[in-house]
This record gives sequence, C-alpha cells and structure tokens, in this order.
Amino acid sequence: MISVRGISKTFGSTVAVDNISFDVNKGEVLGFLGPNGAGKTTTMRMLTCYLSPDNGTATVAGFDVFEDSLEVRKRVGYLPESAPLYLDMDVVSYLRFIADIRGIPRDLTGERIRRMVDTCGLSSVVGRNIGELSKGYKQRVGLAQTLIHDPEILILDEPTTGLDPSQIIEIRELIKEIGRERTVILSTHILPEVEATCSRVLIINEGVIVASGTPEELHAAVGGEDLIHVSIRTGGGGAEGGGPAKSGGPAEGGGAQGTGVEDALSSLAGVTSVERKAEASGGYSKYIVKVSNGADLAEAIFRVAIDRGWTLNELKRETLSLEDIFLKLTTRET
Amino acid sequence: MRNTVPIMKREFSSYFNAPIAFVYLTVFLGLSSWLYLKGFFLVNEASMRSFFSLIPWIFLLFIPAITMRLWAEERKVGTMELLMTLPVTDTEAVLGKFLASFVFLVVSLALTFLLPLMVSILGDPDPGQIVGGYLGCVLIGAAYLSIGLFISSLTENQIVAFIVSVVAIFVFYILGADFVLFGIPDWLVPVFSFAGLGGHFDSISRGVIDSRDLIYYFSVIGLFLYLNVKAIEARR
Repeated sequence: MISVRGISKTFGSTVAVDNISFDVNKGEVLGFLGPNGAGKTTTMRMLTCYLSPDNGTATVAGFDVFEDSLEVRKRVGYLPESAPLYLDMDVVSYLRFIADIRGIPRDLTGERIRRMVDTCGLSSVVGRNIGELSKGYKQRVGLAQTLIHDPEILILDEPTTGLDPSQIIEIRELIKEIGRERTVILSTHILPEVEATCSRVLIINEGVIVASGTPEELHAAVGGEDLIHVSIRTGGGGAEGGGPAKSGGPAEGGGAQGTGVEDALSSLAGVTSVERKAEASGGYSKYIVKVSNGADLAEAIFRVAIDRGWTLNELKRETLSLEDIFLKLTTRET
Repeated sequence: MRNTVPIMKREFSSYFNAPIAFVYLTVFLGLSSWLYLKGFFLVNEASMRSFFSLIPWIFLLFIPAITMRLWAEERKVGTMELLMTLPVTDTEAVLGKFLASFVFLVVSLALTFLLPLMVSILGDPDPGQIVGGYLGCVLIGAAYLSIGLFISSLTENQIVAFIVSVVAIFVFYILGADFVLFGIPDWLVPVFSFAGLGGHFDSISRGVIDSRDLIYYFSVIGLFLYLNVKAIEARR
C-alpha cells in the first residue's frame, strides 16, 4: 500500500530525513518510534503531501506523492501532531466542512457525522466550539476528521497524546479495529502503545531507520533484559523459621545482610546481575535484579524469600522501555 | 474548483464566529460615514465624490485587517497542515480565501447604502457617478485584498501581516501620484502612473468606466493571487 524509496528532506543545514526506504502492506499497523526530532513527523508529512521530498520517491495507494498528490490525499486520513483544528468552529460544522471537502455526498453527510460522533465518543460535545474543548476531546475530533471518509490509509502522528488512560485504551482498540482492513502508520514515544497496536515497528533516529521488525523481534534483537525491583527485609521482627544465610544479622540494613541476599538472588537461573540500591527504609533493602529476556522470575524470588524467612515488600517487573531499547540501538551504531 | 466553495463558506462564517467582524463593520461604517458627513453639509453639494475619495484611505487600514489572519492564523495554529493535506489544490484554497474576504468587502460596502439614499433624498446626485464610485471601491478593494492575502501567506504573525500589507498597499497606491512622478526619470513616468492603484480608481469613481482600468485591476488581482499560489507551493 505504501512504498517509500530513499526519500530525504533537508531543512537548511539540518537533515531531517536521510534516505529512508520501507514498505507497508495492506492490513498492517506500522509504528514509528523515535525521540523528538528523529524525523517521524517529517516522514509522515512527506507521505501526506504536506512536504515534498528532496530526493527519492514514495507511492501511497499506488500514486506518487509528488505527481498525483491529490489522489494520494483523497485516500489518506491524516491526523497531524497535536491535532490542529479550526478552533472557531463547532464540532458538527467542522466535520461537515471536512465531509464537503472530502466529497462525501450531501445526503450521506449527516449519517457519517453521526457515526463519527459515535465511534469517537463525541456525543457530549456535539454543539460546542472546538476552541472550548479539552485536549482529549480535540484529539478525538481530529480522529473523527481523519476517519470520516473511510480512508484506505491512516497516518496518525502521536494519536494518543493528551488522552486520559481510558481514552488511550479506547483509541488503541479503535486503531487496531481499523487496522484490520486498512493500512495504518502511527508514530509514538510509548513502547507499550506499540506493543498494543502495531504489527511492525520502525525505529528512527536522526533521520535514519535504526531498526525494524515486530515488537518481539526488536526486544530480542537488543538482547532485551527485564528488570525486577525487589525490596527485602532479612532480619524481620521475630522471624525464626531460620534462613541459614542470615540468622542474628542486624535488623537495619547492614552490609553483611546485603551480600547474602545478592548471592541468593544471583544464583537463580536466568538472573544476569543483582544490584543493591543505596536507599533503604524501615529495614528493607532494595535490589534491582536484571533477568534475561522472557524469564519470569518473580515466583522464584518469592520462593527464595519464603525459604529464607525474608520479608518481601515489593516485587515489581519492568520491561525495557523504549528509551532503553532506543539507547541500546543508537549507541551500538556508533 | 469544486472545493473553493466549502473553503469560502468556512472562511466567511469564521469572520462572524468571532465578534471581530462586527467590530470591523462598525468601525468601517462609522468612520466612513462620519468623515463624509462632516464635510457634506459644509460643501452643500448632493454628491458622493468626497465619500469615494475617502474609501481608498479607509481601506488602507480596513482591508489588511480583513486579510491578515487568512493565512497567518492557519500557519500559527497549525491548521495549514490540515488544509494542505486535504484533497484541495493550492489554487482552490487561495481562491476560496480570496472570495470569502471579497464577499465580506462587498457586504461592508453594501451596508453604506444609507448614504446614497440620503443624498438622493436631499438632492439630485449623478447616478452614474455613484455606480462608478461603488464599482471603483469594489475593484480597488479587491486589489488590496489580493495584496493583503498574499502577504498574509508569508508570515505566521498577524500583526506583521497587517503592517507589511499597509505599507505595501500604500506604496502601490501612491506609485502614480503626482509627487512621485516628479521625482523619477521621464521614461518611467508612464509606467509608474499606470502601475499605481490610485489613478485608475479616480477615473472609475468619476463615472468613467474604461476597459483599461478594468483590465488593470483584474491583472493586479490575478498577479497577486498567482503569487499567493506560488508562495503556498514553495512551502511544501
């Protein structure tokens, strides 16, 4: 559906996008990841004909973005970053304006608008001026605008910014739903968002693609490590069931107790390292346990604690964030 | 050209979505009527000539105020990106915006209808001159609009658009004025006197409708709308 061949865009002396090529197939939901200024927005702007590439070609739905720009624009629904809207219009007249421009027949317009109000949850703000709406509702109006003509291709630049958690979930569901028969490109900073919605990911940095693949592939590619945060008190009150490692140790964070825990945790299969965090409170010491990708050691750690009679206060698993994967990918490059 | 109409409608109604249109209209009608009537009873002549000679100067401030937001605001708010990625050609967008401001201009001129009515009741004015005067106002107003619209597309700051438009229109207007013609080489005199916006207005508002004047105004409007389309294209 979308095929990009070596497009570049330069603004003054900064290269925003440098010779990027990729394809998106029908029914795919492609996620663009990358920090601010990586070139995500510029790439999307070129695909939606807002900017024209300096070099290279891109075809969308079989039409060249430069030669047949109008044909491309007819088939694409685009939500620009931060969803700019005509703030002086009310929601319905705005959607009617878009429907007019999109060439939706007059007799269908009312029904389409009603459906958009439904799908995007706008019923409570129908008569209001867009300028008065909260960020979340503006975002939804923007989304309604992109969907109103039932486009084959959706290009969404950070579609979930400014939404509250339940709205984010709704919008993700909506995107997944749409992505079943359509082609979607979306950009985001948020890794869970990619995992929840995208079938494929492109990571962009400084205008070049540094990685691409399914979320799982990416995770594996960087040798992903998960972190487990553990908070343990060894000399807990009158715990007698007696761990051999510690009995009689000082109740409040002594050095000797720490090593015992570290040793016990490192000996578990799958653990790559154990690090003790400086801060400790109420007799609890905190550790960060790094485990190799995929291993779920929470239960094993729990058992160790029980066996030794330790009190466990916290046991939290954290997968690598986008930033971590991203840092790994970019530092490896250089 | 299909999409010109929705854009025009949107732009036109956005004048009235904010009370700004009513402020503009009140100031325009108040100022033009007051300045005209101030002299009207002194001169004691049933003519609108002094009214029409005021209009280019009032338009000098009024028209940049109408056009300053047309593109600058889209760029500031970011809706430019929205508009430019909808299936709308640059020409359709430029024309839609121009026509919206043109209709607003015609409305504001139409609202001065009480003045010719009053003059006809009090005396016996030359109807040809009144018709010519209004035609001249519409043409010179449209030329101002095309200049202001073009300048609005070059900046995202409405105040800058306003000030630059006032200066540009002023310069364009006085090109053909006598004191300018004195100061330039002889061979440039016909060029300047033809290029100036003012001279053509004077002859039309006397009631002399010459095709050269019409062609002149249409060319100025066409030129600036064309430049506007090019300026939008260059942003891509």
